[in-house]
Amino acid sequence: MFIEQLVNGLTLGSIYALFALGYTMVYGILLMINFAHSEIFMVGAYFGFWLLSCLPVFSPQFLPAYFLIIFILSMFGAGLLAVLVERFSYKPLRHASRLAPLISAIGVSIFLQNLVMLTVSAQSQPYPEKLSIRQFHLFGVQINSLQIFIFGLAILLMIILKIFISRTKLGKAMRAVAENHTVAQLMGINVNTVISLVFLIGGGLGGITGVLNGLYYGSIKYNMGFLPGIKAFTAAVLGGIGNIKGAMFGGFILGIVEVLAAGYISSIYKDVIAFVILILVLLFKPTGIFGEEVTEKI
Amino acid sequence: MKINRPIIWIIILLLLIILPLIGYNCGNYYAIHVAGLVGIYCILCVGLNITVGYTGLLDLGFMAFYALGAYTAALLSIKGISFWITLPLSLFLGGFIRYLVGAPVLRLRGDYLAIVTLAFGEIVRLIANNFDWLTNGPKGLPRVGEKIAQIRLFSLVFKDDLLFLYLILFFLIGTIIISYRLEHSRIGRALVAIREDELAAKLSGIDVLQIKLVAFVLSGMFGALAGAIYVHWIGFISPEMFTFWESVLLVSMLVIGGMGNIAGAILGVFLLVGIPEILRPVLGTKFVDYRMLIFGMIMIVVIIFRPEGILRSKRRALELHTKEKE
Repeated sequence: MFIEQLVNGLTLGSIYALFALGYTMVYGILLMINFAHSEIFMVGAYFGFWLLSCLPVFSPQFLPAYFLIIFILSMFGAGLLAVLVERFSYKPLRHASRLAPLISAIGVSIFLQNLVMLTVSAQSQPYPEKLSIRQFHLFGVQINSLQIFIFGLAILLMIILKIFISRTKLGKAMRAVAENHTVAQLMGINVNTVISLVFLIGGGLGGITGVLNGLYYGSIKYNMGFLPGIKAFTAAVLGGIGNIKGAMFGGFILGIVEVLAAGYISSIYKDVIAFVILILVLLFKPTGIFGEEVTEKI
Repeated sequence: MKINRPIIWIIILLLLIILPLIGYNCGNYYAIHVAGLVGIYCILCVGLNITVGYTGLLDLGFMAFYALGAYTAALLSIKGISFWITLPLSLFLGGFIRYLVGAPVLRLRGDYLAIVTLAFGEIVRLIANNFDWLTNGPKGLPRVGEKIAQIRLFSLVFKDDLLFLYLILFFLIGTIIISYRLEHSRIGRALVAIREDELAAKLSGIDVLQIKLVAFVLSGMFGALAGAIYVHWIGFISPEMFTFWESVLLVSMLVIGGMGNIAGAILGVFLLVGIPEILRPVLGTKFVDYRMLIFGMIMIVVIIFRPEGILRSKRRALELHTKEKE
């Protein structure tokens, strides 16, 4: 029973962790809470939904390639949307007060949610079941193939991201911009391109999380992003916002805590517990587990 | 040409008294109802303006205090306690909880504070949704067979929308006067100083946390006031009414109308609540569906091109437009 809950928690945690990466990367570079990220997640899920319903699988042996294409396309679509959102609604506010981009992001969030509600559907829609899910029994614990897949994909994407940021030249540029915009610019880095890249990657990860979420829960709705969004943000804060390793650990910890709370306390209060964790972390350790102490710049 | 200001105010006041009567006698009950709704939102928005507009603290969970006021009033009223006793009690409870939340939370920086208020707002809604024994869960109050007591003032019983409209207007005018006096008081100047530069305010000898707390609690009490009146008027309350998006709607009214300006807050309510409700019978439900889409867009455009809102507050506009450095 406990191990099974742990497995569920890890699956949920993988989703939160991938989702949290988008929040933490944007925060690291622009110091803003990208409130519209939850809508990128939702739109990503809808992209995946649309692709899954439109593209036929020609033969079962193409299934892995089929899903690869779907993931890449919906990742790219969601990433592109995130870049557009940044260009039109955050970039003009880069030198405004700190709350201005947050308010603008809330506007984007309202806009995208209602756009999807009006153009697609206000009802929740079943996600196409193209993946036949198999059940495994491992040491007496029931695991299904989708859970293994989600966990594996999350770990894989995180490793790729980690390598990208620490080993490549673009990753180095990203770290430089996060450190200091002006100095990075003086070193010949195109700050705007790097910021767009961050939104492309963060948004893409958000989009793929949306598709995974749709596959895992089997249905999507126009407002599906809000609650997981707040929880992913909680995960990012818990790990230390701006810190990529922190987002991963925060996501897994939150996923496990939530599932255990739902299993052993009450499923009604699992959302309350996430919110309480958010408040407590922000109050007592706003730098999170891995975050470094930053003195506020004046 | 200079017109005496008091005269303008007296004219506005007379219009506020006469117009509902005219509407009522013409049989335009829908307009009276909408006016009451606008009045409730005006109290909420003018109250929220103290936190968001004057002090510059973004509050994304303001509806939680509306809910606290409404639930307290409903629970007491069901027991048959008079409105004039439940009202101060709900105000007190709303303010007290706001104090308990604010004391630790107001130390946080702007965007973190916004997220914490959001989380608190959701916690209140989830509790209202799940504490069946107290709040009757999602089915709302009052329970079947119970009734919220009517408001009585001497021999007057508040039954129809018209009387409630006057009651709402009475409290709204009170709210506006308090808010106006606050803005131009020593505390109000301290709030604006905190908004523009917290460090400089601290260095000028302002007890930043204390002053923020005063504004935060006061604004929460206006939320509770609106809730207590609303539940007596409509006679029903459920957690559905306090979702996060309701709180966001309030903030967008302030952003669009003009933060830090009472007239701006009221204009925001007219644009986002009044006009859609008036247009509803004319343009049909299709328009109502599209309104949030339009509001979202307007919000982005306003914050980018006119961050002080449509009706600007002089102080805020000055600050926003002289800040070309950095």
